[in-house]
Amino acid sequence: MFAYIVRRVLYAIPILIGVNLITFALFFVVNTPDDMARMQLGAKRVTPEAIDKWKAERGYDLPLLWNAAAQGAGKATRTIFFQKSVRLFVFDFGYSEDKRDIGSEIRARMWPSLALALPVFLVGLAVCITFALLMAFFRATYLDIWGVVLCVAMMSISTLFYIIGGQYIASKVWHLVPISGYAGGLDAAKFLVLPVVIGVISGIGASSRWYRTLFLEEMGKDYVRTARAKGLAESVVLFRHVLKNALIPILTGVVVVIPLLFLGSLLAESFFGIPGLGSYTIDAIQAQDFAVVRSMVFIGSVLYIAGLILTDLSYTLVDPRIRLE
Amino acid sequence: MRVLPLLLAILAGCGEVWNDPYPAADRGGNILYSVFADRPKHLDPAQSYTTDESVFTRQIYEPPLQYHYLKRPYELIPLTATQVPRPRLVQKGGSTYSVYEIRIKPGIRYQPHPAFVPGNQDLQEKAIESLRSPYDLPLGTRELTADDYIYQIKRLAHPQLHTPIFGLMSEYIVGLKAYAERLKSAAAPGRWLDLREHPLEGVARIDAYTYRVTLKGRYPQFVYWLAMPFFAPMPWEAEKFFHQAGMAEKNFTLDWWPVGTGPFMLSQNDPNARMVLERNPNFRGEAYPSQGEAGDAAGGLLADAGRTLPFIDKAVYTREKEAIPLWNKFLQGYYDLSGIGSDNFDQAVRVSLEGDAALTPDMETKGIRLDASIAPTIYYLGANWLDPVVGGAKGGEAAERARKLRQALAIAVDWEEYLSIFANGRGVPSHSPLAPGIFGYREGAGAINPVTHEWKDGRAHRRPIEAARKLLAEAGYPDGRDAVTGQPLVLYLDTTSRGPGDKAVMDWWRKQFAKLPVQFEPRQTDWNRFQEKLRKGSTQLFIVGWSADYPDPENFMFLLHGPQSRARTQGENASNYLNPEFDALFERMRNMPNSPERQRVIDRMIEIFRRDAPWIGGFHPKNFALFHSWLGNAKVNEISGNGLKYLKVDPARRAAARREWNQPVLWPVMLVLILLAISVIPAVLTYRRRERMAARPAA
Repeated sequence: MFAYIVRRVLYAIPILIGVNLITFALFFVVNTPDDMARMQLGAKRVTPEAIDKWKAERGYDLPLLWNAAAQGAGKATRTIFFQKSVRLFVFDFGYSEDKRDIGSEIRARMWPSLALALPVFLVGLAVCITFALLMAFFRATYLDIWGVVLCVAMMSISTLFYIIGGQYIASKVWHLVPISGYAGGLDAAKFLVLPVVIGVISGIGASSRWYRTLFLEEMGKDYVRTARAKGLAESVVLFRHVLKNALIPILTGVVVVIPLLFLGSLLAESFFGIPGLGSYTIDAIQAQDFAVVRSMVFIGSVLYIAGLILTDLSYTLVDPRIRLE
Repeated sequence: MRVLPLLLAILAGCGEVWNDPYPAADRGGNILYSVFADRPKHLDPAQSYTTDESVFTRQIYEPPLQYHYLKRPYELIPLTATQVPRPRLVQKGGSTYSVYEIRIKPGIRYQPHPAFVPGNQDLQEKAIESLRSPYDLPLGTRELTADDYIYQIKRLAHPQLHTPIFGLMSEYIVGLKAYAERLKSAAAPGRWLDLREHPLEGVARIDAYTYRVTLKGRYPQFVYWLAMPFFAPMPWEAEKFFHQAGMAEKNFTLDWWPVGTGPFMLSQNDPNARMVLERNPNFRGEAYPSQGEAGDAAGGLLADAGRTLPFIDKAVYTREKEAIPLWNKFLQGYYDLSGIGSDNFDQAVRVSLEGDAALTPDMETKGIRLDASIAPTIYYLGANWLDPVVGGAKGGEAAERARKLRQALAIAVDWEEYLSIFANGRGVPSHSPLAPGIFGYREGAGAINPVTHEWKDGRAHRRPIEAARKLLAEAGYPDGRDAVTGQPLVLYLDTTSRGPGDKAVMDWWRKQFAKLPVQFEPRQTDWNRFQEKLRKGSTQLFIVGWSADYPDPENFMFLLHGPQSRARTQGENASNYLNPEFDALFERMRNMPNSPERQRVIDRMIEIFRRDAPWIGGFHPKNFALFHSWLGNAKVNEISGNGLKYLKVDPARRAAARREWNQPVLWPVMLVLILLAISVIPAVLTYRRRERMAARPAA
């Protein structure tokens, strides 16, 4: 298994270089270093000298990918791409364009993101599996039919609608929780209740419907018929046998997102005023802050690869037939 | 099942609100609550320039001058200076120099700050690493001196800082340009550049409380810059303190931890969520103004005359990126003041047929007050002077045709309708480059643009579209077609409006041009490309805006000054307008004091502007602000930005209103729980039936 993990980590390096290259190309197709300088320096009284100074200070005065004027390896290394990318691989993110240390920003913002994403993930998983099991248990009854209708309806509604509707009802009309904001420590709880509830509710439709399908597929298998023939109660069949075997496809979709929980939610963080990494990324895109965008995409890629490796490892835990070689 | 409703009832009975976003410890505090939308980029006075940043910097830094809080038109008054300096003109070597001697009040002290403790200037990196805030270190202070103002002026040329006004100031402050070059050679990576060792020719220390600034030529607008944080004092100790190794890695920089003498100091800097200003315990005190404009006394704005500022202990600014939470929290009493977004306008304000704005009954019931002010800002539809169709650069007959075409468009584009549809009537159409309240702006019949409007029944009326069509025909486009080629005239508007919500605006523009009739094509692009087109002079028509730095006609008229053309010199004249007579008048006007003579020059400039129509109309936005009843001394001041020290709150009244407006509504929660419980019943019944079900008997 160790060799497998090492091999996967080594595979990750070219993938990360490729992701970095694509991010770089996409960013600089839309924005030139001059545009970035103007965005940072503001719209008023910006002189060409100020733009040149800004670019030189941050290394944006170099060619993008190939420096024909340099000698030897400098042709490749004396470029914006190399200078800005190579430090990422040792997780040195440098400074944002407004000269804030990106590493400390990420460390500070990751906790609010996690405080929102983790409960949404765990509670959501529990609620969706329970709801799906209930629908599977009551299959072909009115409860099942109306459950599926509800799921389809819920997955058809935009997340934005849940957020605005939730804020309107819970905060504006019922005055139960603050409409937005964040505080550290235990005080965070009152700000997180609403976004967590909304996050869970907005995810019920799609996930429950998918899990229900998995459970129903599993329930049609021979070992389930055998269990029933043995006289086991339906609840025992469902919870002790079906659930365990249906977990493998569920794990595929679930474990991969665990590392990504650090990155937070772009929409919920903006609307609920949660200072997490999701809103950090959105701000950086709007401000054309390449240093932050590049760092966040890099971290996202690393976490995604980590998620995929974790998914593979988790297979071995839930299915003894699987061995990683 | 019985416990939960009981618990909810007990909690509700406590009388506490559940949706209060602030810590319980702050309840009842003498605190002002407000918002910020965009995280400030710079809090260093040499770099900070935007309104988002001045919300904080102007409460902390004290330049020598400020604007009177209540008087209109805006009036400069001393802040740390003993008086508003008047320039002394000196002739030397055939050149004229303006000499400003600024004397500051003695006894002003800086806020508590670690930079003033000598032991904090030589910290180990490990000690810095363990700090959560610079204020964890021992704090000190010292008296403000003239040297600190000199130090800051030198910083405008610092090679590692980006001062937006360096280009402008280096044209005036004697030796500033050469000084920047000298500093560039003196700077070494990683070494603190002590500007005290590098004298600047145009700035001199007279004594501990007096300094002198020498400018090339005349520049009367310099006093306005003396009211901006660019000219606020900077103690050298602060620069040296933040330059220590390990500070930048902790985000401890002068750009994020300002050091000032003002009424407030930044005690919490979390630009992602919250910025907190606290009363500076070393603030010298300043008296609330005893004079204002007409109506201020009746409005209760002079009730605190002579009382010592500031009135509040703390100001908490919460980041709100979305309009919906911001507006609702204001209505719930969690923000003390608010602007009005387009989505909420009808909920807050009703506009009478005469155009007067008043609060809706809902707002009045809450005791909310409304204040409105026309901003010293202009948004205009510019015509690119270099464009062959609408520009005037070619001269001769082509220029005359283009002039008539621009005039025709200026009549056709109905800015009154635009404001009514897209801005809820919040603005006034412009008749000249000057915004209301700026010297040179005329009121009444004399204020209207006779090309586009006529004065009837005591108010301005837009000229009929027939007048525009006549001008269009004279321009060589009868019925919107080129008289020679017969081809339809197509005009292009370069715009960054390209979202689905902008379709209505584009349809409106199409309608305005169709009235002539002229074909209209929007060229929608992103902000970067739009700016690039302006720089290259490749636009035809475009919409841009300008917010004044100071209330002087020069700060508007320079937008039309030929030598400041965007395409030619990267200046602020985005339409690249060029008229030698206008430019000559501008050169004369900008050096004149406000006087009847200056008014005459401005009148002539406006006359030329209206005739040439390089801008096809525009508008000055009107800003509305809402204040809760517990917020006192609130008045919109579009220029000064340092108004926090004048505001006062009544915390008891606020707490009572919050309690009344935010009582939790619990019955829906109980209803949801009951419904959930009821919905379980059929599930249980089905489950039990299934469990008892026998295998189907064989047929």
